[in-house]
Formats: sequence, structure tokens, C-alpha cells
Amino acid sequence: MTETVKIMVNGEAREVPARTSLQALIEQLGLGKAACAAEVNRELVRRGEREGRILQDGDSVELVTLVGGG
Amino acid sequence: MAMAGGCGGQGGDGDVAGPMRGDSFVLAGRTFRSRLIVGTGKYRDYGVMREALAASGAEVVTVAVRRERLVNEKGESLLDQLDLGRYTILPNTAGCFSAEDAVRVARLGRDILEQLGNSGASWVKLEVLGDRKTLLPDPVGTLEATRELVKDGFQVLAYTSDDPISAVRIKEAGAACVMPAGSPIGSGQGVLNRNNVVLCLEGLKASDAVTKRRGDEVKMLTEEIAGSDCVNSSLRHAVTAYPVIVDAGVGAASDVSIAMELGADGVLLNTAIAHAKDPVLMAHAMRHATIAGRQSYLAGRIPKKLYATASSPWEGTISYIPGE
Repeated sequence: MTETVKIMVNGEAREVPARTSLQALIEQLGLGKAACAAEVNRELVRRGEREGRILQDGDSVELVTLVGGG
Repeated sequence: MAMAGGCGGQGGDGDVAGPMRGDSFVLAGRTFRSRLIVGTGKYRDYGVMREALAASGAEVVTVAVRRERLVNEKGESLLDQLDLGRYTILPNTAGCFSAEDAVRVARLGRDILEQLGNSGASWVKLEVLGDRKTLLPDPVGTLEATRELVKDGFQVLAYTSDDPISAVRIKEAGAACVMPAGSPIGSGQGVLNRNNVVLCLEGLKASDAVTKRRGDEVKMLTEEIAGSDCVNSSLRHAVTAYPVIVDAGVGAASDVSIAMELGADGVLLNTAIAHAKDPVLMAHAMRHATIAGRQSYLAGRIPKKLYATASSPWEGTISYIPGE
């Protein structure tokens, strides 16, 4: 059985295989090509650093984009 | 032709602005022709939004930073609908109630715009709100976030209340532009306290001039501001350099003209266009109102008087004049 870690993504609980990178998560969610920004535990993780950011148990991920606003 | 404004720069805002050539608007180091900034929220569809943005003549448009929808809705993305080469995208921190959250959101917005190579990447429309019902700004949080973001290299365009003291404090904290609210966001009440907006303008622009000049020059400048004659165009330029935008509360085109006539450098609005019965027509109106207000300000209005002053000569009248 594969080991998993429990994380939060945009406020929802998810389980991902251990050693999943932030980049892999973003791709799994179909956002690989989207113009989105990512935060782990309230800290911005730039595009170039996503591959090296391995998700840990309890990590809280935010994936955001730009929407209409005033 | 009489030249209004008098500062150098290219082009006016198209055909409606013949005498306005040279009256360009410098914001955070960049020069714009349009003094109207519009939002992209609350439109019934993207087609209307695109048409309204074009009709407004705006070169800067605001957007919000929100969570990606992870449920696959196949919704259209705003970013596919905006010509990123045409508009400077100004991300806001709407929905933030603490300086910490506003700083996070600003960084996320910058990251996206850097990926897109948009010119608004280092800009942020800072909103630190105090309360959900009024959406009025939290002055302390706004000040803290301004300091933090300026340190991090942002050009901060700060939404504030119309309080003249807070406005100056935020400028001193390094904001590139201070944006007093006319009235609460989306309320359509227009400029509720014209006196405060004038005091904000005076405080923000006068302190700017005073820091640049000394001794007699300061005295002269102060008198010049007090008289609001603004005859000397170089002096005028000195006192108007710091950009002040009236942000929020606009309901109709007349509100925009009033803000501009008070001496604001620009107006930022969203709902008044997006929720108008005909948003595209209202966008045209807002564009014209911005130009009309600016021209009226530069042209210099007549003083208000209690009694009438006849426009036709008394001399030669054939009628009986009471009291003569």
C-alpha cells in the first residue's frame, strides 16, 4: 500500500501519495498550464520552486487565479 | 488654441479631448492618456465586459485574486477575455481584513502577472477592509500593509477612506497613489464629502510640493495653492505631481465629473458600469464624464455667488427695471 499524506487544498481535505511535489499536485488538478499562483502554509511558492516543494502531512495549499473584480 | 494642463507628454484621449493634448496622467512611473480605471467584476457576461472596457477608454483595469475552482466546471477564465497587451492589470486585495492577508494576496497576484508578463505585475490596489457591511478601509491595517508591500518592491495604490490625515500617512508610508473613497464600495452614493476629498488633495499634493521646495518658494507655493489660481504651469505641475484617485462609490457619470472637478487625478469604478442597465453606454458616459470633469477643473470654474449676475448688458434695455 502506498503511503499518503493528508493536505488541505483550497480549504478541502485531500490525500496525495507521499513525496508528491507541489508541481505534481498542480498538474494532477489540471492546472499545469493555467496562470495560477500557489501558496503552501501561507507562503508564496514561485513557479520555479514548485517541483522541489514536496508536500508534507498537514500542509495547507492555496491555488489562486485572477477573476473579475473592482 | 489655449493649452490646458501644460505638462509635456503625448496624445490626448482621442477625438473628445482636442484641447487636452499634453495632459497625460503619470501613475507609478507610467504615463497614461485615460484617467479612468475600471473594474472587471459583476458583469453579466464577458462579451459585455469586453465591450464596456473598450468603451470606457480605460488603460488600467482591476482584477481580484481568488481560489482556482478545483471542481471541473470548464468555466471561461477572465484571463482569456482580457487583452493583456492592451491593459495594465491591477490586482486588488479585495476581501482582505488584515494587513497579513493583503500582503499574501498581493504577492500571489504579482506572481500570476509576472508569469503573464503583464505591466501591472508590481502594482497592487491595496484594500484592507474593516468590516463586511460597509467595506470601509481599516486605516491601521492599510498603513501596515502599505509599509510591508513598499519594502517588498510593490507600487501600492492604496484604497482609503476620505480622511485627510490617514491619506497623508499612507502617502508617507510610501504608497505610489492614495485613493480616497467617494462613498462605500458599490453604494452608488457618489462623492459624499467633497470637503474631505478637497482636504485629501490639498494634504497629499501640498506636502509633496513642500518637500520639494524650501524657504520663500514654499511660502509662494502655499499662497498659490490657497488661491488655487494655478497660473504658473510649472508650479501647477509641482503641486499636482502626486496622483490621487477617487475610488469607490460612483453611481452615475456626474459623480465622476464632480470628483475630477475637485482636482482628483483619476477615478476608479466598477459597479456603476457593470450594473447599469446598459453597461456599454454607461462606460461611454463615464469616459466622457472623466474628460469633462478634468477639463472643467483645468479651465477653472467661476466662484459661487449668492446673487445673480446678468449675462446680457443692462445698457440699452428698453424695459422698465424694478428698483431703478
